[in-house]
Amino acid sequence: MTVAIDRATGKRRGDREPKPGPAGRLRRGYQKHWYAYVMIAPVAVVLGVLVLYPLVYGLYLTLTDANSLNTARTIGVNHIDATYKFIGLDNYADILWGPTAYDRFWSHFIWTIVWTAACVALHYGIGLGLALLLNQKLRGRTLYRLILVLPWAVPTFVTVFGWRFMLADGGIINSALDALHLPSPLWLEDTFWQRFAAIMVNTWCGVPFMMISLLGGLQAIDASLYEAAEMDGASAWQRFRYVTLPGLRSVSSTVVLLGIIWTFNQFAVIFLLFGNTAPDAQILVTWAYYLGFGQQPRDFAQSAAYGILLLAILIVFTSFYRRWLNRNEQQLAI
Amino acid sequence: MSSTTAETSAPVSEQRSKTPRARRRGENSLAGSLASHGILIVASVIALFPIGWLVYLSLGPDTDDYLHPGGIWDKMTFDNYTFVLQHTQFFDWLKSSLIVTLGTTAIGVLIAATTGYAVSRMRFPGYKKFMWVLLVTQMFPVAVLMVPMYQILSDLQLIDNYFGLILVYCTTVIPYSAWLLKGYFDTIPFEIDEAGRVDGLTPFGTFFRLILPLAKPGLAVAAFYNFLTAFSEVAFASTFMLSDDKYTLAVGLQSFVSEHDAQRNLMAATAVLIAIPAAVFFYLVQKNLVTGLTAGGTKG
Repeated sequence: MTVAIDRATGKRRGDREPKPGPAGRLRRGYQKHWYAYVMIAPVAVVLGVLVLYPLVYGLYLTLTDANSLNTARTIGVNHIDATYKFIGLDNYADILWGPTAYDRFWSHFIWTIVWTAACVALHYGIGLGLALLLNQKLRGRTLYRLILVLPWAVPTFVTVFGWRFMLADGGIINSALDALHLPSPLWLEDTFWQRFAAIMVNTWCGVPFMMISLLGGLQAIDASLYEAAEMDGASAWQRFRYVTLPGLRSVSSTVVLLGIIWTFNQFAVIFLLFGNTAPDAQILVTWAYYLGFGQQPRDFAQSAAYGILLLAILIVFTSFYRRWLNRNEQQLAI
Repeated sequence: MSSTTAETSAPVSEQRSKTPRARRRGENSLAGSLASHGILIVASVIALFPIGWLVYLSLGPDTDDYLHPGGIWDKMTFDNYTFVLQHTQFFDWLKSSLIVTLGTTAIGVLIAATTGYAVSRMRFPGYKKFMWVLLVTQMFPVAVLMVPMYQILSDLQLIDNYFGLILVYCTTVIPYSAWLLKGYFDTIPFEIDEAGRVDGLTPFGTFFRLILPLAKPGLAVAAFYNFLTAFSEVAFASTFMLSDDKYTLAVGLQSFVSEHDAQRNLMAATAVLIAIPAAVFFYLVQKNLVTGLTAGGTKG
């Protein structure tokens, strides 16, 4: 199942085959292309209007000094026209190497990378472990699966409030730590512990998705492969290493990529856990939001510039990731 | 344990009968299954506890009960719930949430379905680029679109408007739905399309008459995903909805904290009121969700 076959052409997608030649194209006919374009038209239009246009507009904003004091706005009956002006790439220069660029951008950048790496590693590791456990013949595994999916079933904003109760000074976690005579950190005030708590909560929220996806991947691995491996005398570890992991490859590479994208842009957990109170625990996304909407005056231009930088980082990363997968003869499930 | 009974009933090959402790694949030794159960029980407790704790705290009548939870046992009450339902804007928020999420769900699935089918079955020029665009839109951080969207929507007078919020959500929901549905359509045998074609159906006919009915679980998953995304979105909702009777539940709960900072008990009750229907809904569709996601979303 790791080999992705293109159903329409019967070719392996991973192969860098030339596009179907004129004959092949004729065989499928031009009519089909026409249908295809009509079918994707709604999404293409929506993306064009709702994504591309705002994106271009946002790009333009990053080249200006727009903030909430100089953009067009209506106060009561008075309409005030926009007065912001074009300033070229100054925003980017200021963010990347302006004065205090380290405190404003690079420290958040480093923390965002650490955050993403830690969260995805934990999501994947714990998710895979639980999926392996649930994939055995085990009494009550349906019940376990139902329970373990719970963090996914409850909306993030609700669970984060629950966690805030637990993490508060004097909340259950610190009481428990006290009772065990362990130090009780200030989860919501001390930078290190804020970060620790954020990773912990996000891990709790994100494991079920990984677990379920990987469980699906595990169940799709042909059982005869395991039998063959066992016949050949492979140990449990060898079966895991040479049958399970390769069998999971296409699922893994996809969910890890999605996990990285989602975690990198994870807004809700940090925003709801700390609000605007923890400048050092903000990842780039929440920091950009803070610049654009969490302070007065709102700095629209800088916020949008952060957004563009974030998007650029992700696109560059994904391109490399894809190329790396291709070199390893793997393919994303898209 | 089950392993021994299963072993005796299993067809035992000659080779196997010689080895004393042969187990069939997937069956555990006693120690192994005890360890598995142990880990799974610990994991289950960790998964359940924060929610259970929230429910428990919501029963305490006083604001600071969360600091001394032991006291709640003796004075458990549903007062918080009755107060929230009677004296707050809970129902306004619920209405807003339902309008926005159902709108997003419907529009998202309707628009994404044909696209999912097209990219699953047809290799048109520009196909790869299109798939790439769908992936890239997954990467849009809130901040990229939020500022320009805010400007555009305020130009169109759509700030503080349900429809404006639905439009915003469509940007995140539609590409992913299309992707998810593509995965699901991939699992429907290609022969069905061919049969339809042979019987003289156009691609549209094939899609609507043959594939769509078969794709119900996939559609359910996409719908559910859209619903959840819209339901729990915070950033856009809290920025674009200004009047407090139009808050969605996510924003309403937040406003509750700042306005009645001391009334954590009410907040807990509100959170539970929100979580329970969402969780019930989740469990109703969860079987489809799991098959849909694993059959569709992640497989090539």
